[in-house]
Amino acid sequence: MKLHMNHWMKVAAMIAIIASIAVTGCKKKIVDPFPASGAIADWQKTSETRVFAAKDLWQYIDGDAEQYISAGVVTTSTSDYKYQGKLEAVVDVYTMNDASGAGKILETGQTKDAMTVQLGDAGVAYSQSVIFRKGASLVRIIAYESTPNAQQALLALAHGVEAKL
Amino acid sequence: MSNRRDFLKSAATGAVLLGSQSQLGLAAIVDKHADASKPKVVIARDAALHGTDGQLDEKRVADLLDRAIATYTSHDKPVDSWKHIVPVGKVIGLKVNGLGGKGISTHLALILAVCERLQQAGVKPGEIIVWDRNERDIQACGLTINTDPSRIRVFGSDVSGYEDAQDSFGSAKIKLSKILTRECAMVINLPILKDHSMAGVTFSMKNMYGVVDRPSDLHGTGCNPAIADLNCIPAIREKVRFTIGDAIASVYQGGPGFHPEHLWHPNALIVGEDRVAVDHTAWQIIERKRAEVGLPTLEAANRPPRYITTAADATHQLGTNDPQRFRLAEV
Repeated sequence: MKLHMNHWMKVAAMIAIIASIAVTGCKKKIVDPFPASGAIADWQKTSETRVFAAKDLWQYIDGDAEQYISAGVVTTSTSDYKYQGKLEAVVDVYTMNDASGAGKILETGQTKDAMTVQLGDAGVAYSQSVIFRKGASLVRIIAYESTPNAQQALLALAHGVEAKL
Repeated sequence: MSNRRDFLKSAATGAVLLGSQSQLGLAAIVDKHADASKPKVVIARDAALHGTDGQLDEKRVADLLDRAIATYTSHDKPVDSWKHIVPVGKVIGLKVNGLGGKGISTHLALILAVCERLQQAGVKPGEIIVWDRNERDIQACGLTINTDPSRIRVFGSDVSGYEDAQDSFGSAKIKLSKILTRECAMVINLPILKDHSMAGVTFSMKNMYGVVDRPSDLHGTGCNPAIADLNCIPAIREKVRFTIGDAIASVYQGGPGFHPEHLWHPNALIVGEDRVAVDHTAWQIIERKRAEVGLPTLEAANRPPRYITTAADATHQLGTNDPQRFRLAEV
């Protein structure tokens, strides 16, 4: 009888371990793509991260929401940053259903002066903004002012975000 | 107030009309035989509004505002002009637009200039409310929240709340901000000119999406007829009487959000009572810029601002989109 109990206890334990592994393995990796203050030289994170579900995205970007919803946005996270205590910027991370949605947004609205940059799967930079995609994530980083070093500073921050995705 | 409104409609007789001074190339659409009974739209422009360092010159913004209002009212002195625009002893709302974030929101310099002129015209600080949807939008305009009634109040509809009862006109079934319904006797509309991914153009009439509880419900079919319907809601139609449109900076593509790669500086204010004529004029400015940079027309981009035509139709009668039926002055 004792042997019988031990056998069933071992079986139950194995099932629990297998189930635990299966559940853990199925969980999506929870990612915080926003570098903390000081993680990237001279950049400070100046706001809490705000997260919008697709149905609430209009609260953040009004009519812009539609193009992201059409491309399969799931959630949008945003946070403010400041460079050297002066240059203000915002980082938006759009998590799409799949990489094609991120690609669709990236390709929309590019202008002739877009400079291709090595970021994620594809990316472009302008004097005041950097946009790139990595997997199902689409990242847009915008500075509110045009300064001589804005683009380099934004690219540094973008690499910090990319590393966390 | 009706007398003051009448004045605004009739006082523009001596205004400087478009001619060789036109800098935006819109002279061709002006009725050369100006008729004082026609509504009027003024575009005031200052190419040096942004200095060589790219910074906005606040003093020049105030001067530009004075020029726009003086042209509109035919009064040389700004205080005299404003006295004929706003009622005394009533609460005046300034509906700004901070939706696009810090890069493309109603400029603080313009808001402050309007507040200053209102006070010089006899409006007490506590009778002025600067407002938008919420604290974030207000902060995007460079303002901080203040609910102290002894000073100029600055707060959003997230503080005041929305009416419980629904208002409706056509497709617009909404709840209005209590700032509009309960606080303000008159609202001066201070939108910022932008391309809009759905409506085509956002300016005077579209800014009213910021006075309702669920603007997301009004975005179908290019926001048409929703924008026109919304502006026919009595509280909006009757209280929002004057537009001082911010075209100091604008985005000609990618709006309504801030896309610095599509940012440009028209360095202008667009002023008028006829919200349809104002929006029609703003649309032409966006189209000219798009053509200049080689972008297709909004019609070709499949997002013409059809709501402007709808707003002028017999059902809505919000104003005119016929350039022959309004006077355009550019100074």
